[in-house]
Amino acid sequence: MTDIIAEPEGGDRRKGSLLAQDTRTQKRNAAERRFQIYGMVAVSIAVLALVFLLTSIVSNGIGSFSQTFISLDVVLAEDKLDKTGSRDRTEMAKVSTFGYAPLIKAAIEDRIAAEGIEIDGLTKPDALISKEAAAQLRNFVLANTDRVGDTVEFKFLASGRIDGYYKGRVTMASAALDRNISPEQLMLADALKDAGALERTFNWDFITAPDASENRPEAAGLGVAILGSLYMMVVVLFLALPIGVAASIYLEEFAPKNFLTDVIEVNISNLAAVPSIVFGILGLAIFINFAGLPQSAPIVGGLVLTLMTLPTIIIATRASLKSVPPSIREAALGVGASKMQTVFHHVLPLAAPGILTGTIIGLSQALGETAPLLLIGMVAFVREYPGAPPEGFFDPASALPVQIYNWTTRSDPAFVERASGAIIVLLIFLLIMNIVAIILRRRFERRW
Amino acid sequence: MNDMRITNRTIEMNDIKIAAKGVDVFYGDTHAIKDVSVEIQDKTVTAFIGPSGCGKSTFLRCLNRMNDTIDVARVTGDIRIDGEDIYDAKVDPVQLRAKVGMVFQKPNPFPKSIFENVAYGPKIHGLARTNDELEEIVMKSLNRAGLIDEVKDRLLAPATGLSGGQQQRLCIARAIAINPDVLLMDEPCSALDPIATARIEDLMWELKENFTIVIVTHSMQQASRVSQQTGFFHMGVLAEVGTTEQIFQNPVDTRTRDYITGRFG
Repeated sequence: MTDIIAEPEGGDRRKGSLLAQDTRTQKRNAAERRFQIYGMVAVSIAVLALVFLLTSIVSNGIGSFSQTFISLDVVLAEDKLDKTGSRDRTEMAKVSTFGYAPLIKAAIEDRIAAEGIEIDGLTKPDALISKEAAAQLRNFVLANTDRVGDTVEFKFLASGRIDGYYKGRVTMASAALDRNISPEQLMLADALKDAGALERTFNWDFITAPDASENRPEAAGLGVAILGSLYMMVVVLFLALPIGVAASIYLEEFAPKNFLTDVIEVNISNLAAVPSIVFGILGLAIFINFAGLPQSAPIVGGLVLTLMTLPTIIIATRASLKSVPPSIREAALGVGASKMQTVFHHVLPLAAPGILTGTIIGLSQALGETAPLLLIGMVAFVREYPGAPPEGFFDPASALPVQIYNWTTRSDPAFVERASGAIIVLLIFLLIMNIVAIILRRRFERRW
Repeated sequence: MNDMRITNRTIEMNDIKIAAKGVDVFYGDTHAIKDVSVEIQDKTVTAFIGPSGCGKSTFLRCLNRMNDTIDVARVTGDIRIDGEDIYDAKVDPVQLRAKVGMVFQKPNPFPKSIFENVAYGPKIHGLARTNDELEEIVMKSLNRAGLIDEVKDRLLAPATGLSGGQQQRLCIARAIAINPDVLLMDEPCSALDPIATARIEDLMWELKENFTIVIVTHSMQQASRVSQQTGFFHMGVLAEVGTTEQIFQNPVDTRTRDYITGRFG
């Protein structure tokens, strides 16, 4: 811009030496260097932000993949669990988890006595064990009624506070102010650890278990959310890909260029920019209120995300169809191929890498989308796994991003760790999808 | 000259293959071809020459309705092949293109193997019932296109790996594999070096025994070497058409004379 204006101090070009840069060249070079520095600063800021984000998520979330467990020998007392002695499951199911809690309490007291641990002022030693333990015990007993009367070793989840103590979240000082845990109980945990009853291992339950209630973060897992997200992705893939590709092929190769197609074209581009929550309201109105589909179901979530993903897929597909050289179309038409043969035999295979990339980008977007799912009820607390497809598509489920949102709204600090852990899982899924996109693109591009 | 004798003979012997009468082509508001009438004889080479943008390619693309693929293009007038109006509502352009093959300016093989390139046409038109028949057609076409010796050991290799001249001959093989009546060639040598060009010109000389060839070319030398009939296009008008001898040696139209003597174009 400023280069164009003649600058007299540049002098007569022919008189100057090539070895000495004139002021104009110096200015130009300085401008170039400055611009490069701006660029490097911009890149550095982006990289720093990414590194900061990843370190904070990983350092917060990595803990959720390991969990503290307490091993205890539980006496499955017949007089408590099966008063009739019939070993009849329906009869035994009448004993609720409250009936099992005393067994666990007895087991930990026995263990303390056996190890000879003495801590002054220790009350409620069973606070070390998760409230989930009673349910775990009950499920075991109902599944193995013949074991009643035996003594069985169990690995129970430690309570969230004890787990937090070993992850640095809970200290003696914070425990003194905490209603849920006392310093004496932490001392007991240390003593049990020395005795080998308490250990920290990899926590598969975080990935496979369903969500748990507000006051037992240690038991909360992503199982239902992962399954829900998976079901939704299946719905999106099987609806958005064929519809999107068919629409793009029609618009790009067959549709006449007139006012109507122009309007459609503009609107598709605009749809890509519509806030996702609007799609949620649309889904609520059409799929749930009008079509009567169930709330919280992956089918509804999938349909809403399909609507959201369609513009992305259509735009990407049309771009890659456009990028196929017209000479290929002419070649096919020239040997007497019909329009459809031209598209399906020649154009589509060449456009496939672009279409796949667009689809996977669309799917990744859909996988991480939260807002529309909140509106169609996927934010509900779901502890039951959805069934096997196709019925499972209509069962209530959660979704990964919604689960993250859900956990961040809970008060127990242990859920901060859970939420970060869930983000790690989500990021891993996104990473896998992107790698698949790259591999597919390479694979298809290699076919000349 | 030797050419003279052949030219005279073919013109005497052959019937009219393509007859165009009062053809106009519009691209939107642009009047690209103005009232073109020409008769093209069977089993000869007809060349259209003229400066860039004169409409010779546009006219060629009317002959197999390739202009149909351009939304804004509109063709009026009467074009008959073997006496049948190819713009009749009953004519399917796809069927027409199987009868009137085309070779384009830039070699445009499919990004598939050499074999598949030639086999594609016969496959979609159901010209071969068995794989052996298909292979026979492919080999015959490659042979007629003078490419067989160069590619017979690598039929399954990608066609895009061939040189430009080989690719163009492959495109000719692809076009003649579906056994058309007419072969349209739109500046087939403009992207090729002189040696490859010479090979393709030789090929045209042989192919005209079986096909009616219409070629559009920038090169007047090429037109004079390969064609028996030449038409000169100027600004969308077919200024003059006649035997190649007459056009090059004794042009009637002043525009033709100026172009041939190198005053413009």
